Amino acid sequence: MTDTSFSPILTVENLSVEFGHTRVIDGLNFSVMAGRTLAIVGESGSGKSVTSQSIMRLAESTGASYPSGRILFSTENGEIDLLSQSQEEMRSIRGKDIAMIFQEPMTSLNPVFTVGDQISESLSLHKKLSKTEALKESVKLLKMVRLPDAEDMLKRYPHQLSGGMRQRVMIAMALACRPKVLIADEPTTALDVTIQAQILTILNDLQKELNMAVIFITHDMGVVAEIADDVVVMWKGKKVEQGPVKELFANPQHPYTKALLAAVPKLGSMTGERFPKRFPITVMDGDGIRLVGEEKTQETARYDKQPLLSVRNLVTRFDSKKRFFGRVTHRVHAVEEVSFDIFHGETLALVGESGSGKSTIGRTIQQLQQATSGDISFEGNPFSAMSKAEKQRLRQEIQYIFQDPLASLDPRKTIGFSIAEPIKTHNLIRGEQKIQQRVHELLERVGLTKEHAERYPHQFSGGQRQRICIARALASNPKLIIADEALSALDVSIQAQIINLFMELQEEHGIAYLFISHDMAVVEKMSHRVAVLYLGQVAELGSRQQVLETPTHPYTQRLLSAVPVADPTIVRSSGRLSGEIPSPVRQVGNEPTIVPHREIAPGHFVAGTL
Amino acid sequence: MSTKRFSTTLSNYKSLEFILGVLLTGGICFLVLFSDLLFPDADKINLSARLLEPFTHAEHFFGTDPLGRDIMSRVVAGGKVSLQVGFLSVAGAVVLGVIMGLISGYYRGFWDVIVMRFADVQLAMPFILLAITFIAIVGGGLGNMIFLLIISQWVQYARLVRGSVLSLRDREFIQSAEAIGVSHFNILFRHLLPNLIGPVIVLTTLNVANNILLESSLTFLGLGVDPLTPSWGGMLADGRTYIQNAWWVSVFPGLATLLTVLGLNLLGDWLRDSLDPTGKTSR
Repeated sequence: MTDTSFSPILTVENLSVEFGHTRVIDGLNFSVMAGRTLAIVGESGSGKSVTSQSIMRLAESTGASYPSGRILFSTENGEIDLLSQSQEEMRSIRGKDIAMIFQEPMTSLNPVFTVGDQISESLSLHKKLSKTEALKESVKLLKMVRLPDAEDMLKRYPHQLSGGMRQRVMIAMALACRPKVLIADEPTTALDVTIQAQILTILNDLQKELNMAVIFITHDMGVVAEIADDVVVMWKGKKVEQGPVKELFANPQHPYTKALLAAVPKLGSMTGERFPKRFPITVMDGDGIRLVGEEKTQETARYDKQPLLSVRNLVTRFDSKKRFFGRVTHRVHAVEEVSFDIFHGETLALVGESGSGKSTIGRTIQQLQQATSGDISFEGNPFSAMSKAEKQRLRQEIQYIFQDPLASLDPRKTIGFSIAEPIKTHNLIRGEQKIQQRVHELLERVGLTKEHAERYPHQFSGGQRQRICIARALASNPKLIIADEALSALDVSIQAQIINLFMELQEEHGIAYLFISHDMAVVEKMSHRVAVLYLGQVAELGSRQQVLETPTHPYTQRLLSAVPVADPTIVRSSGRLSGEIPSPVRQVGNEPTIVPHREIAPGHFVAGTL
Repeated sequence: MSTKRFSTTLSNYKSLEFILGVLLTGGICFLVLFSDLLFPDADKINLSARLLEPFTHAEHFFGTDPLGRDIMSRVVAGGKVSLQVGFLSVAGAVVLGVIMGLISGYYRGFWDVIVMRFADVQLAMPFILLAITFIAIVGGGLGNMIFLLIISQWVQYARLVRGSVLSLRDREFIQSAEAIGVSHFNILFRHLLPNLIGPVIVLTTLNVANNILLESSLTFLGLGVDPLTPSWGGMLADGRTYIQNAWWVSVFPGLATLLTVLGLNLLGDWLRDSLDPTGKTSR
């Protein structure tokens, strides 16, 4: 670690930011030193992104004003206050002395320019390099972020790169002028865990190499534990706590920090438990904290009955590229020969990274996607033998919850309408009065009030919206709910509450869940059994304990080792992850090999012949 | 549940846009509807009172035209033809275009190809050529003119709606309606339509004005009404020759068109905003 006696390179003093008359940041103080990483953590709306945009002075274009405070940045000619610089002066600082990387690598790269053009632009702008010099330097930068074939990469366009590669290009661009401060705003949130682990290692290494100060903005305590030296916790626009990462995790002072840390699901926290378990949650109560809920083992799965849903040799493919005359040349092999059962009252988790086919399986079960071959049977009835009316009935018995609750509610309809819709569609209850009553019951069940029925989706917070989607799914008394990344868009404290809600409902109604997720820690808390998917095939399937405690397939092991653990005392094993997530797109005729499974313990299946 | 929604709609009634829009459009429609009673002498020719200046004679407040006819009476009477053409042609085109656009965007595949090829053929045909061919085959008249405008303009709405449907279709709320088992009809008319109606309303209000003016050129081609029957477009065209020394002949029918379109625009804006609960489009 670098010497900490350095004077800070960037100091934020008593910063307040207002949008109109709303104060979003109030009296914020912190400083960063060269060679150290400061993590700013907080949930959505805590003001962490506004802080970073204020340092870059990008917040003004969206209407921010600064009633008080200074942002001091030390240069060769002494300290300057960034807030008193003109936008003209800021332009020479941005990208040169202070650089930034964003969450969405696709939208922050210009799709019509090559990677080489975009990196050399900043070089010729700030360093006045010629075109050839700039391209040479770009190759060096791309090698620095460990992109293979750096020369070849220069000629590629952003859409030809994967998400992880794009983010590395973004980092290369940000580092082009060797900035003193790098601001990373949720740089790994949109990436898969194995790719996230790679990006974090690269950032960490480069920071030491270049002796940069890094301000890392994130909501993920696991990432904080991994990368940060110091942490600033923000809550409702204020800093509630600051300290070195180990101290803060070991001994949080402010009740909000305590609640936040308690809500973070930790992988490995349930080792030894046979069934998933509900835990009480720590919630903020005024200025203090209190525990809500009970500890209860989730013994709801009915393995004695016949399975609720059986998937046998399911194959789902779609055409991706066509030649001019409509002949298909490439296909996406989303799902290949997948088989599993879901029992009444059971939670089966489907885990995997992007392109693993986990969502496609859910969509095929929900009949949003046509299966290419194989069969699915519900309570012993195969889909292929079902009449149209029976298939329509399935849409009542199986419900789907999407990742983004805002996008999955019609913005022009009241939520009362949305919740009543499944009831009316399937004629479950007759009479407007009775339907309203049921809607109110459902709203109250998921923790909202009946007055909410008249409001529109945009008037709710993210967590409330997901509760609405759950109420809507419950409205038709389903036997199976498919939750497609239903928790990923939520803040951790909300996530913990929704997990408990899911489990309570399972206990009350005996609902089975197909829980599609990439978050291993959440999967550990919620599921009875786990299926790990890799390129459309099941790599490993077994009880939660079997898969998470004795992972046997190399991919499962790799996935588990990539999950950031919210504990700064654990140092990740040095075995560095590398490589991209392979693509499921294949040329026609180039069929994937189907890997057979072997049973290594009762109910524990692993792909591979060994 | 509907009482609360009704009261929020009520509060929208108080917006300035709505009041002005209703006053303008309602006032014009009232005058035009009762034009026969209010101004029975619209066609009376009085050659001794040709081209009287406006605001000087009490009985000819807007002045007179080259045949000595009272302009105020003719503007009001002319509204009958103009408003019929403006409203009916646009209404027909909207209904046809929106339904076609919804079908082709939602079902894609076969229906999309059929509808969009029809639309392409339609767009490739110059309007005047289409109009002349049409007259040659079926002849003139008010009804025929409205029909011609409908078949030449539905494409605009169909294309606009189809584009919106294509982008909305893959949104999760449509998918989740499908997952619940909501019928295609309800998805089309309860979920898709309210979400794409904004731009359609804007196009609609613009086209009303456009068609009021088109009517005069079609009348000139002999497709429209009897040239002696007053209409705003026709009066504008007639007044062109006198614009140097008698501006009032064309200015008053022009003003009538302008006010109608202004009223409709205000109503359209109000409607668009009150249909959007997020209030994103309102300023």
